[in-house]
Amino acid sequence: MAEKLLEAKNLKKYFHTKKGLLHAVDDVNLYINKGETLGLVGESGCGKSTTGRVLLRLLEATAGEIWFEGENILTYNKDQMRKMRQEMQIVFQDPFASLNPRMSISEIISEPLVVNKVYRAKTDMQQRVEELMDTVGLARRLINTYPHELDGGRRQRIGIARALALKPKFIVQDEPVSALDVSIQAQILNLMMDLQAEFGLTYLFISHDLSVVKHVSNRIAVMYLGKIVELSEYNSIFKDPLHPYTQALLSAIPVPSLHSSKEKIILEGDIPSPINPPDGCRFYGRCQHRQEICKATTPELRELEPERYVACHFAKELKPASV
Amino acid sequence: MSEATKLLEIKDLTIHYITHEGTTKAVNNMSLEINEGETLGLVGETGAGKTTTALGIMQLVPDPPGKVLNGEILYRGEDLLKKRPSEIRKIRGNKISMIFQDPMTSLNPVMTVGDQIAEVIQLHQKVSAAEATKRSLNMLTTVGIPPERSTEYPHQFSGGMKQRVIIAIALACNPELLISDEPTTALDVTIQAQVLELMNKLKREFRTSMIMITHDLGIVAEICDKVAIMYAGNVVENTTKEKLFTDPKHPYTLGLFGSIPNIEEDDARLKPIKGLMPDPTDLPPGCPFHPRCPKAMPVCSQREPARTEIAPDHAVSCFLYEAITPEEAGELNG
Repeated sequence: MAEKLLEAKNLKKYFHTKKGLLHAVDDVNLYINKGETLGLVGESGCGKSTTGRVLLRLLEATAGEIWFEGENILTYNKDQMRKMRQEMQIVFQDPFASLNPRMSISEIISEPLVVNKVYRAKTDMQQRVEELMDTVGLARRLINTYPHELDGGRRQRIGIARALALKPKFIVQDEPVSALDVSIQAQILNLMMDLQAEFGLTYLFISHDLSVVKHVSNRIAVMYLGKIVELSEYNSIFKDPLHPYTQALLSAIPVPSLHSSKEKIILEGDIPSPINPPDGCRFYGRCQHRQEICKATTPELRELEPERYVACHFAKELKPASV
Repeated sequence: MSEATKLLEIKDLTIHYITHEGTTKAVNNMSLEINEGETLGLVGETGAGKTTTALGIMQLVPDPPGKVLNGEILYRGEDLLKKRPSEIRKIRGNKISMIFQDPMTSLNPVMTVGDQIAEVIQLHQKVSAAEATKRSLNMLTTVGIPPERSTEYPHQFSGGMKQRVIIAIALACNPELLISDEPTTALDVTIQAQVLELMNKLKREFRTSMIMITHDLGIVAEICDKVAIMYAGNVVENTTKEKLFTDPKHPYTLGLFGSIPNIEEDDARLKPIKGLMPDPTDLPPGCPFHPRCPKAMPVCSQREPARTEIAPDHAVSCFLYEAITPEEAGELNG
C-alpha cells in the first residue's frame, strides 16, 4: 500500500480584494503518495499555483489542514516551519525572474545551505555546490557566472539545483518548463524524472500543458476556479475523463498527429471571476450537460470508482457506456 | 496542386540586425512560397527567425538595427522590397495583414474596440465614417463578439476576446494574406480551441491565405496545409502537412517530434535534441544544425547544404539527401 507523504484537507485560500472575497483555493482535498508525481492542471487563474504555495506555507491558508508525514504543519510555529522547509522545496515557473541577478550561480545554489548553516567549512560547501551542478547537468566552469549570461534551460537547472540543495523529500514544480522551447523542455523533463528516480523525490507538478503533465505524472488533479473537479490515475483520466470540464479540456489540445480520433468540444465563454462565486457548480455557465441541480448545489468530490474522484452531479450518467 | 497560383514567393531573403555588439543573423538566404487559399505553418523555436520573416514581408523590420540585405519578396509577382513606403502602406493592413502574438499589448488602450476596427477600414477604403462603423460592427459579429460591446475599451475584454478583436482588425479589409504570429500562445487551451476554430471558419469563408507562425506541431496538424520548419534563420524542411507527419526527413524535424510528449500514446522517455540553439550572432559554419545533429558528417561543418527536392512538394536542406563524395561523408575515416 502506498504511503501518503502529504495530504491537504478542506484547504482554503481566500484573498481580500476591493471587489470582494477572491476564492483562489476553495475546499481542496488531495494527497500525494511517497515517490509519486501528482500533476495539477488547469487554466490560468484556476488556483493551481496558489495551491502549491499554500501547501508549502509560502502563503498562509485561510482554513484547512496540511498533513506532512503525519503532522499538521499548519500548527507549526516559525522555527518548526523553517526546519520543515528543508523537506519541502519549490521550482518556479520563470527562470528569468526567480534568480537574483546580482548573485552568481554558486551563491544562488549555496544560499539554502548558508541559511540553514549546513556546512562549517567553505570547502565542503563548495564541494556540495559542484556536486549539485553535476547532478543537474551544469558545467562546473559556469560556477562564477551570473544568471543573465545563461539561457533559459540552464537557468532552470540552477533553480532545480537550488531546490535539491537541502535534500528535500517533496518539491513543488510550478510550471517548470512553460518558459522553455520544446527541445530544451524535453531535456529538463528528462532530468526531473531522473532525479526523482535517483533521490526518491515526491513531486507536485503544476502545469497548464496536459501533454507534459501526462508524461510526468502518476495521478492527475484537474482544477477549475479554485476547486478540484477530477482526480485520478493518469491513464484513466486521459482514456475516459468523467467531468465535463476535463472532457472539454482534453479535446481542446491540438494533437501533433494526422489521424487524431478526438472530437472537439468547444466551450462557450470564459472562466468566470473567482471573486464572490455563486453557489452551485463552478462550471455551470459553460457546461453542456447542466441541469437545475447544478445551479443550486455545489457537487462534492466523490469517489466514483476506486481512486477516481469526480465533482459532478451527473458523472455516473455521463460516463461513456462503451469502454 | 501544381496549377495553384503563387500568392507570395520569398527568394534568398537575408535579414540581419546590425548592432555594436555584433550582427544577429536572423534570416539567412531563406526561400519560401505560398499559394492562394493555402495555410502555411512556419514552425521553429525561439530565435529561429519566424517573426523576423513575417516582419520582413510586412516591411516592419525595425531599422536600425534591422537590415534586409538580400532577396526578393514577390507578392503576385511584384517585389515588395522595391516598393515605396506609400505603396507599402496601401498593401499593409489591406491586402496583407498581421496578427501579433500578444493580444494584451497590441491593442490601443485608449480607443474603443469598435473605433480600432473602423480605423483600418477608413484608412484603406473610401467609405464614410458611418459605413466604417457599420462594417466594424459586422466584423465583431463575425468573430463572435456581441456588437453592443463595440464601445468598450480593450481592458474590459478577456484575453480570448482581445485576440478576437485583433483578428477582426486584421480581417476588416478582407486581406488576401493573413500572417498570424503565434496567435494563441498567450491563451488558455479551451480559449485557444475557440480561436483556432474561428480562424478555421474564417479561412474557409473568406478563402484567405495564411501564414501561421507557431512552435506547436499540434496547431500545425489542426489548421495548416503546408509546413516550413525553420532553424537558425533558414527553412530546413518544407513540405505538406501529410508528409511532415508521416515521413519527416530532416534530423531537426525528427528531433522536434522526439521532444514533444504525445498525449495519445505512452512514451516512457523523451528523446530531446542535445545542446542548445546556436547564438545567432555567432552561427556555426556550414549547416547551423550540425553541432546538435546526431547524423553530422564532415561536410556538414564545411559548407551549407542546398535545398534538395526529394519528392514533389518535399524539400529538405540536409546533406543526407544530397549527392556528396565519400570523403565528405567521412566514410574513408571510418
